[in-house]
Amino acid sequence: MKQSQQSNDPLAAPPGMISVTVDGRTVLVPRTMPDWQGRQVPTTMLQACELAGVTVPHYCYHPKLPVAGNCRMCLVEYGVPALGPDRKPMRQPDGSLVIKKSPRPAIACATPVSPGMEIYTSTPTVKLMRQSVLEFLLINHPLDCPICDQAGECKLQEYSVEYGRASSRFVETKVHKNKQVDLGPRIMLDQERCILCSRCIRFTRDVVGDDALGIVNRGSYSAIAAYPGTTFDNNYTLNTADICPVGALTSKDFRFQMRVWFLKETMSLCASCGTGCNIVIGSRENRIYRFTPRQNDAVNSCWMCDYGRLNYRWIERADRLTNPGGTKLTKPDWEDAINGIAAGLKQTIPGHIAIVASARLTNEELYLVRRLAQFLGAPTDCAPRSGPADNLLLCADRNPNTKGAQLLGIAASLPGANLPVFARLIRNGTIRSLLVFGEDVTRHGIAPEDLARLDFLVASDIHSNGTTMISHYFLPGCAHVEKRGSFTNVHGRIQKFEKAVDPPGLARPELYWLSELVCRVTGQSVGRTVESVFEAMRAEVPAFRNIAWADLEDHGVATSV
Amino acid sequence: MPCERHLILKNIRKPGYSTDIECYLRHGGYEVLRKALALQPAAQPDGTTLGPKEQIRREVEISGLRGRGGAGFSCGMKWSLVDRKSGKPVYLVCNADESEPGTFKDRQIIHHDPHQLIEGMIIACYANDVHLAFIYIRGEFIEGARILDRALEEARAAGFLGRNILGSGYDLDIYIHRGAGAYICGEETGLIESLEGKRPYPRIKPPYFPAVLGLYQCPTIVNNVETLCAVKHIVGMGGAEYARLGTPDNTGTRLVCISGHVKRPGCYEIEVGKVTFRDLIFDEAFGGGLLDGRQLKAIIPGGVSAKVFRAGEKVRVNKRTADGKMIETEMDVLDLPYDFTSVSAAGSMSGSGAIIVLDNSADMVEVLANISEFFAHESCGQCTPCREGSLWMAKILRRLAKGRGQPADVALLLSVADQIPGGRTICAFGEACSWPVQSFLVKFGDEFRAKAEANADKKSDRAFAETQ
Repeated sequence: MKQSQQSNDPLAAPPGMISVTVDGRTVLVPRTMPDWQGRQVPTTMLQACELAGVTVPHYCYHPKLPVAGNCRMCLVEYGVPALGPDRKPMRQPDGSLVIKKSPRPAIACATPVSPGMEIYTSTPTVKLMRQSVLEFLLINHPLDCPICDQAGECKLQEYSVEYGRASSRFVETKVHKNKQVDLGPRIMLDQERCILCSRCIRFTRDVVGDDALGIVNRGSYSAIAAYPGTTFDNNYTLNTADICPVGALTSKDFRFQMRVWFLKETMSLCASCGTGCNIVIGSRENRIYRFTPRQNDAVNSCWMCDYGRLNYRWIERADRLTNPGGTKLTKPDWEDAINGIAAGLKQTIPGHIAIVASARLTNEELYLVRRLAQFLGAPTDCAPRSGPADNLLLCADRNPNTKGAQLLGIAASLPGANLPVFARLIRNGTIRSLLVFGEDVTRHGIAPEDLARLDFLVASDIHSNGTTMISHYFLPGCAHVEKRGSFTNVHGRIQKFEKAVDPPGLARPELYWLSELVCRVTGQSVGRTVESVFEAMRAEVPAFRNIAWADLEDHGVATSV
Repeated sequence: MPCERHLILKNIRKPGYSTDIECYLRHGGYEVLRKALALQPAAQPDGTTLGPKEQIRREVEISGLRGRGGAGFSCGMKWSLVDRKSGKPVYLVCNADESEPGTFKDRQIIHHDPHQLIEGMIIACYANDVHLAFIYIRGEFIEGARILDRALEEARAAGFLGRNILGSGYDLDIYIHRGAGAYICGEETGLIESLEGKRPYPRIKPPYFPAVLGLYQCPTIVNNVETLCAVKHIVGMGGAEYARLGTPDNTGTRLVCISGHVKRPGCYEIEVGKVTFRDLIFDEAFGGGLLDGRQLKAIIPGGVSAKVFRAGEKVRVNKRTADGKMIETEMDVLDLPYDFTSVSAAGSMSGSGAIIVLDNSADMVEVLANISEFFAHESCGQCTPCREGSLWMAKILRRLAKGRGQPADVALLLSVADQIPGGRTICAFGEACSWPVQSFLVKFGDEFRAKAEANADKKSDRAFAETQ
């Protein structure tokens, strides 16, 4: 979008562009723009208004859903160049176009723009139309915002303040509907709060491919429902609570747990599979309350799966490791632990030590592991983790950073292929020392009795596990929500995430103590910040060479490899 | 002397006329179809050649036929908008979802002369290269669907439907689809959705103009039952001859349904624009006058969604003088000719041809409450203004009619009605539900105000609302 400066003639737009005027401001917009599936289709009035910096309120329209056009909130007035008897645009004496104002309004979400079109979004008529739509939406809507879970992120509230009328003229009895419909295992529906925008129906039908929801009854008695005898249960149901503009659809996990205005929002990633959906973490007073998807068209559009969204409760489990420990550590002290581990590592012999690192560690942490492995002459591997994939976002690789581990040389193309070899080499006495970062190798083919034969076993994890319990030293790690860093998703996209909450007790981000160990063992420092480690990684690992930490911004960067 | 002019009803009224194909054939049935299928390419004065199908389409265009479903849109124009280059099949759907209160004309044809409709449909399909057509019939017309089903069977057996019709090489089949009982299915895009097996939510235009993106996203023609019958007569007698019937811009004949407080309610066929409301209500050939001792109070001229006329109302319309000039004249509403243009110029519409006559025994508040109740019940609920507004208006009116009004109600009602029409809704139902309210309140405002104020001192509204 550019302000047209060279010419005042709206019909003389450059190729592929259309000149339209929004509330008196002339802008150039592309002739076509992506629709909900990314196909190029004629630019709509609503898109043109957005490009012109003018907000057009809407309920049913969602950029990632097919257009429904039912809420009527985006009605605008418009005019098009009037044609003379010669079918050519008529002009005023000063050369400007004669605009013929349409007698009827149009929905901005579905009406394409045409050259020279003028769109009016702030006329008295448009204001009245918005006011009346809001009045209609509210007459049968409960006016009990203080007890509604959507309050604070409700489009009815927001638009009422901005475009609505202050008082109600409705003295009849409201239409009463079912306020507690158990739509499915994770979603509740309050039919009275529903404004029938049909976003949820379109999402599950057109995006997920599960035609699960529909409307029953007619007129003002219409209500959303799952098909009789079925429940709304696919892996994406909670997205409907996100896109529901009002308090009709709520997440059973989150509803009535926390007022949304208290939530701190942290830009992060979902770590439950290799897709790396972009999310926002909602937390308060060091507690996670919800994950919600964050738009990234290169990864997850506006969605995330229910599996990933709800996979956070383990973070506050009681069996979290909160301090360093192990059979050789006399007191839970970081200095003692690092000293002990560094001393032990200095005595290891190349070829007689191996490292297993989790593909849940960040790129930066895995790079530090790589530095350690190279210095110690230790073969490395990751523990594979997989589950069934679906056709939308959930990926079979349930580790968030397998690709990063592969790019950094920690894992081979088939992660976990080395683990049976390690087990055999431990059993025959070749491997005498083992470092395990963030995994429980007893669940990946290395038996506790084999681990018991080792001279030196160091482990770290978030929770206490079979490996940490018998290790000489164990270190408490962090969930990704408790630290900063970057993951490389299955498609090779490097994305960063920020810290939302503090780790419990003495637990520290892996980067913190891995960098310390690298420094003690190798005598070389790579710094202690994510940025400094990333810089060092960049200098050394080809896949990361052209990417600076700052380049990652909000949506990450695809690696060239 | 005003009188009926029968084309469509020609045979229906004959004693002994039945729905059997033999009876239809005895009365010259399917002769027009034979004629249409036998048409040869014709050389034109400008040297070009016009194919048989184009010839039929041209005849329909020349005839000036306007759609009989309610909007009065030019049939020839509708056909000309069909996207014939898309490479997709073109469908034709007969809209037999006759549901506008006061309308009972299509049912006459379906019940008494189904083959006339089928012949008209086949000709229309042939002219538009349609090979699959549907009759979307209102769910309540169980008997009509049964009769049509049998007639289609007969037509198939006689070689008028199916493969290679009458040896012409043209294939066509027609299926009946019964609706499930919703007024909105009469709206053409709602009808198409319903035919596709979905809720009959009217589609947004753009992009879903049926002529381009209709049934199954293919170009589709939706024509009313009576319109398709008229096509048969146009092809039979020639477009120019048909256009000589009626008046310019309002050609041919049209079925009018007269109901309400008249002595002879019924379905009559008139030359469009050749008879006035006075003729239709009072003439012995039509309504036969009001019941004894009653006075005319109101006329609803085109189904309940049309704006009401008050008896004695003066309307201003353009009239063509002898020398061809248009001059604006004022006349009593009863002298208004019954045609699309005049009724619309007078501020209402002739819609589906349903004239509802109300005499002084009618309580206009009750009448409007009844009408609004209908629209609140039939609003599909897809878009906000109509979904919420129709029921709100019905609730206010219910209250008023029950003697629980308050002085502010009339202004509120009008304000709510004003918030619905004018392109704010997806389909014309928004207009349909608000026009009666607007017009009743403007033309019979005193009655509403009197009713509202008579109860102003009674129990408060809010208290009543709680007991509702």
